[in-house]
Amino acid sequence: MKYIVEMENIRKSFPGVVACDEINFQVRKGEIHALLGENGAGKSTLMNVLFGLYQQDRGEIYLRGEKVNITNPNIANDLGIGMVHQHFKLVHNFTVTENIILGIEPVKALMVDTRSASSRIREISERYGLNVDPEAKIEDVSVGMQQRVEILKMLYRDAEILIFDEPTAVLTPQEVTELMKIMRGLIEEGKSIILITHKLKEIMAIADRCTVIRWGKVVGTVNVSDTNEEKLAEMMVGRKVLFDINKKEANPRGEVLRIESLSVLGSAGTHGLKNFSLRVKGGEIVGLAGVDGNGQAELVEAIIGLRRTDSGKIYLHGTDVTRLTTRQRINSGMAHIPDDRHKHGLILDYTVLENLILKNYYLEPYSRRGLINWDYVYTHAEQVIKDFDVRSGQGAEASARSLSGGNQQKAIVGREIDGNPDLLLAVQPTRGLDVGAIEYIHRRLLEQRDQGKAVFLISLELDEILDLSDRIAVIYNGELVGVVNAAETNENEIGLMMAGGRRGAVA
Amino acid sequence: MKTKLRVKKDFLISISAILLGLLAGAGLMAVTGNSPLEGFIYLFRGGTMNIERIGNTLATATPLIFTGLSVAFAFKTGLFNIGAAGQMLIGGLCATAIGLTFDWPKAILLTVIAVASLIGGALWAALPGLLKARYNVHEVVATIMMNWIAYWAIYYIIPQHFKGPFLETESQRIPEAASLKVPWLTDLFSGSFINLGFFLAIVFVVIIAFVLEKTTMGYELKAVGYNRDAAEAAGISVNRNIILSMAIAGALAGLGGATFYIGFASNMQIGVLPAQGFDGIAVALLGANAPWGVFTAAIFFGLLHNGKGFMSAMTAIPPEIADTIIATIIYFAATSVLIERNWDKLKKINLENILRRKKRGKLAVKAGGER
Amino acid sequence: MMVDLIYQLFPYAIAFTIPLLITSLGGLFSERSGVINIGLEGLMLMGMFVGAFVISSVEALYPTAAVWIGLLAAAVIVALFALLHAFACVTLNANQVISGIAINMIAGAVTVYLARFFTGSGNVQIIRGMPRITIAYLSDIPILGQLLFTHTYASTWLILLILALATFLLYKTRFGLRLRACGEQPHAADSAGVNVYLMRYMAVLISGACAGLGGATFIVTLSGEFNGTAAGLGFLALAALIFGQWKPWGILGATFFFGFATTVANVSQVIPVLAQIPGIYLKTFPYVVTLLALILSSKSSQAPKAIGEPYDKGKR
Repeated sequence: MKYIVEMENIRKSFPGVVACDEINFQVRKGEIHALLGENGAGKSTLMNVLFGLYQQDRGEIYLRGEKVNITNPNIANDLGIGMVHQHFKLVHNFTVTENIILGIEPVKALMVDTRSASSRIREISERYGLNVDPEAKIEDVSVGMQQRVEILKMLYRDAEILIFDEPTAVLTPQEVTELMKIMRGLIEEGKSIILITHKLKEIMAIADRCTVIRWGKVVGTVNVSDTNEEKLAEMMVGRKVLFDINKKEANPRGEVLRIESLSVLGSAGTHGLKNFSLRVKGGEIVGLAGVDGNGQAELVEAIIGLRRTDSGKIYLHGTDVTRLTTRQRINSGMAHIPDDRHKHGLILDYTVLENLILKNYYLEPYSRRGLINWDYVYTHAEQVIKDFDVRSGQGAEASARSLSGGNQQKAIVGREIDGNPDLLLAVQPTRGLDVGAIEYIHRRLLEQRDQGKAVFLISLELDEILDLSDRIAVIYNGELVGVVNAAETNENEIGLMMAGGRRGAVA
Repeated sequence: MKTKLRVKKDFLISISAILLGLLAGAGLMAVTGNSPLEGFIYLFRGGTMNIERIGNTLATATPLIFTGLSVAFAFKTGLFNIGAAGQMLIGGLCATAIGLTFDWPKAILLTVIAVASLIGGALWAALPGLLKARYNVHEVVATIMMNWIAYWAIYYIIPQHFKGPFLETESQRIPEAASLKVPWLTDLFSGSFINLGFFLAIVFVVIIAFVLEKTTMGYELKAVGYNRDAAEAAGISVNRNIILSMAIAGALAGLGGATFYIGFASNMQIGVLPAQGFDGIAVALLGANAPWGVFTAAIFFGLLHNGKGFMSAMTAIPPEIADTIIATIIYFAATSVLIERNWDKLKKINLENILRRKKRGKLAVKAGGER
Repeated sequence: MMVDLIYQLFPYAIAFTIPLLITSLGGLFSERSGVINIGLEGLMLMGMFVGAFVISSVEALYPTAAVWIGLLAAAVIVALFALLHAFACVTLNANQVISGIAINMIAGAVTVYLARFFTGSGNVQIIRGMPRITIAYLSDIPILGQLLFTHTYASTWLILLILALATFLLYKTRFGLRLRACGEQPHAADSAGVNVYLMRYMAVLISGACAGLGGATFIVTLSGEFNGTAAGLGFLALAALIFGQWKPWGILGATFFFGFATTVANVSQVIPVLAQIPGIYLKTFPYVVTLLALILSSKSSQAPKAIGEPYDKGKR
């Protein structure tokens, strides 16, 4: 038996898109097999088919050489397939044990037997060095720990084929190393792993083989030892990818944003941001690196005025804006590309033209005496759509919902840059976009910098930070770890700082 | 162009819901041994057969236009106002109290009454708005609670302060001067209940349509309704808009209460939560939350309600058949997915063809109404 | 004096609490599975009608068993009626609030329609209600014996038993664990192989049975006739569900609290001591405190996380 998993000619379509188009995919027993592709390439869909969450329209699946019909996750579980989803599927107010046994609860005298389950979980946890407390409530444990609960869920179900969907997105570089150790331990115990990712470095570091998917089709399967990052990238995108961005020398000018000893309460009432200070000058890009959930959200919300500050000040052009409303800050020259374009960036049920006036509809000439001047708004929208290459079926009249992710993001970038801001706050500006759109957005951000605007880039993608920034600030646990010049640092150093390691150099 | 397709689709959903509602009504009539055809004929004739009955249909529709607008307006801001019944009661109480207390000329008295009932309803609804904005209390729950607070408040206030001469359970009749009924209109419709409230309703349909489509206020309210977070990030005060939207919705329902208690009726009954408050939800759904859609749907429901008595008198069918039909319509409007899904399946190819054809011709856009 | 008053009021307060309790408990099942149920009023009304109609039809034949047949029929038929709500909310992803309102309106219209059709008047009366029993030995306990175990309705004990069973079911069994998971994080439940749709259907069905039982209990203990309205009892049960923070014992406390206040208001006209408290305060009290509870718990609401969200497999 050579392959433990074989997927043959899998096709899965959704209204309007073919997510998987005649995909062939094989996993050997005992290997770590990476599934590489851009966002929306179809890798998650393929794995959801394998896990029984979706049914394929066509094609066959063989496990250990036998044809199987996986119509729901229960069957997948019975066949020894487990999956750690990108968004964890845990019940926040249940204990670790309750989460793990959900669906296959041991029962004694009509009651769920949590005690025996707990001891078994503790046993597995020790065997694989996972260090999980079965009695803890999910809402009380860290994200890294939650991921281990997900891993335990699979192991508790005696899964042999483990699917990890973008597992490192939420982890620090150190936690990533830890996870890789756990994965190797799993392989040693005879498990097989499928790793869904779009990060080339991870594949090079841990995978044995890699299958690349583009536009729902398999580009090829390669041995990782026979390839390199450049080749993988080319397979993924379909053309040569320039890893280096053509960047001119920065030409910093006067200070635009100054954050002084800012403390902000987080959502849980704890300090989300502690005594944070930073300056951003015109003509430079300052990147903020950090693992998700270390105070970035609180910082962004405090800067744009959506969250009350506890202490400290925010200055724009030397003026204290700490007490101003969001609208007043926008009017003072602040623009914001939010990380979640569907939640914070756009009103999906509005048309593109309505979205483009979201921040200035009440100003002349967009409106006068409370009446919107739709003629002007329309002409203006056409211009922005042209300038920023926003493509939609029906131009300005298309609903924002009908646009592709890349075009939605371009519309937001267009709206924000069109307001001619002094400070551009770009939060995860390329999240979930394909390489073409990423390159476009990056070019626009650099263009802003070169025009003398201050750009504050907050991203979880370390590569993006390293590529674009002139200076890099690192945040950990709500505190500023340090600021370094991009030219004088490397990934390793930033990675250590992201885990809280101090560094003397402050620029 | 998307718009027109959307409007067409809304219209078809509404029509389907109505047909399904009528079908359910027919089923119930048939099961209880009556002829549905006969029932529907009398139901329709009861609402339209002479000028007086037409007037009564419009009079019955009047509070429904207001409550329908109220629910629809809140919907546009993403709020679910199921408190229109309570807001009607408060509006009605304001109207009754002023009508029974002051002895002013009709024009002044009616103006004061209109303003008072508008403010009363607005305040009653602004409170749940405030709770939503400030404490994130779900407006559905809050407005339900406010409904019952209003119900019991009326239950004790009317007998205590405005008790009628015969019954403990109703207020005195309001005087001629405080009534929205005017002789010329009553005569024009040969003695019908129709009153000035109907014209007031039309005025408000126009105002609300204008506000929603042409003004920055409408733009803001809808932005908050579609996506609260994005509106907030764009600098729009979400809390202010939530309270404002609820207040406007409440004002409309309050006015609806006035038109009901001093227009359609002449006194207030206690122990009744006016059904128009909930029918308003059906009206809003059926009218696809569009002001003129609401108007049309309200007239239709007015017809059903007004015709049911006649039908009941002419046949053995209990009048509750009209309520059954309306309730079923709400149910099918709520489950419009089902209708939409089947409609999509049937018409998919056709719609795509229309889209393709329209795409070729470039569309010049003039106004915001074109969405 | 005061003690006598409490002795006098207590049985009424309990009689009033019990239908609220069971209806609220029904709401608990539905909402804990993630389905808002503001149709409780309509479900209860349907229970009143079915209970009254069945009892009035069979009591000539089975004078003693009639009330029990009526309760059972109400539970079963209203559970089936609640399928309408489940179908809309679970299968069709409809707006759960609108569906609930539709349930209320359908119940309001159809019951009166049928009542008029069957009796001509729109009211359905029953001759014999639930008999009162005194429990041997327990009624001899000082104070409590007289308060709780003397002249009580058997239905009261039945419903308290259901409360205990429901608590056990919800917190100790496999079914309960899965049901709660569906209300908190349906995707987690789904990926663990729990059939979210089925769980929600069952929860709504249970809520229908409970509310139907609540309505019929009201008929056999307190009112003795169906008269076309549930007079807001279902909404009061909903308030108790929220005030009780979606927990069985919280609901018991809340319904008793509300039941007592309502009883005091109802009898205040005839008992001089109580006449001083204006009825308006007593009657609006449950709704006002529920609003206050919502304000106070706004930071730490115990409401199920996924409540009101239709579960859509595709969206994940």
